Amino acid sequence: MGILDFLKRKPEPSAVVAKERLRIIVAQERSTRGAPDYLPLLRNELLEVIRKYVNVDLEAININVERDSGHEVLELSVALPDGKPAATPAG
Amino acid sequence: MTAEIIVVTSGKGGVGKTTTSASLATGLAMAGKKVAVIDFDVGLRNLDLIMGCERRVVYDFVNVIHGEATVKQALIKDKRHENLHVLAASQTRDKDALTQEGVEKVLDELSKDGFDYIVCDSPAGIEKGAHLAMYFADHAVVVVNPEVSSVRDSDRILGLLASKTRRAERGDGAVAQHLLLTRYNPARVAIGEMLSVKDVEEILGLSVIGVIPESENVLAASNAGVPVILDENSNAGQAYRDTVARLLGEERPLRFVDAPKKGFFQRVFGG
Repeated sequence: MGILDFLKRKPEPSAVVAKERLRIIVAQERSTRGAPDYLPLLRNELLEVIRKYVNVDLEAININVERDSGHEVLELSVALPDGKPAATPAG
Repeated sequence: MTAEIIVVTSGKGGVGKTTTSASLATGLAMAGKKVAVIDFDVGLRNLDLIMGCERRVVYDFVNVIHGEATVKQALIKDKRHENLHVLAASQTRDKDALTQEGVEKVLDELSKDGFDYIVCDSPAGIEKGAHLAMYFADHAVVVVNPEVSSVRDSDRILGLLASKTRRAERGDGAVAQHLLLTRYNPARVAIGEMLSVKDVEEILGLSVIGVIPESENVLAASNAGVPVILDENSNAGQAYRDTVARLLGEERPLRFVDAPKKGFFQRVFGG
């Protein structure tokens, strides 16, 4: 780093940006890798059931399969919309 | 003794798989091993050009699988190393020309013929050719460039190696995974324009078996049909020699990963 460089204000190096983007996408792709093929369908059907009671969209449902020393855990989280009253149960 | 099968793969195209296959196979042969290197890129034969034997291809991999030639007839003996042999890819457009049974038969026969190493040069992508190139592997050399799409694709390939191989299916122990970083430019890394060795290792969770610097000599070598590992004076050639030594179990420090030291004036005034 020379004096001239020091005087110039530098933006974030592009390699730092690349690393951060890769870290996020790689982690995301690893979490869904090797997951059973039925997961997307399961997600859609669960969404339909949940929508009978609460108005949520597809992004609000997160399904993960975690493998932990020999057993698998199906983890499901639903982010409920805040402040809105629950929809009346459909008949 | 059965042959060790090494797949050279990457997912992304153009990262240096064929260059690497040619140099690793040549390096293993230089170490006294009996080596066959097979081009799995059906329809886009190229290993023969990089190895400099394109005019001596008579029979190819698919001919052998279809029983139109024997393995012995199809193997091309390298001009420089008599214990190195090349099996060229077919130029057929038939994507189903390679079959799992056919590939297995050829690999078994090479193993019986006393080959120590079989290097499988994978095509790009994750289709059938790439799948078959990795399926029987004991070792995988995943070639990666310090660039976002290559790193992401490599991670995908590492996932496939852990699940879609014979070893994974049989529970025979994992395919040994080795990361080879190619087209590395230490000067650009130093100024934050390129992912570093450490960055790539951290993202992929795997340490490198070698780093091949970006080098003009790689193009010169492919122009001439001489694997770059034979260019003793080039950094890339020396880095490939180090990589082969590490594959054979030797410990060697990484070279050519630091930018050349700047002089006093450059340090003061930048540039």
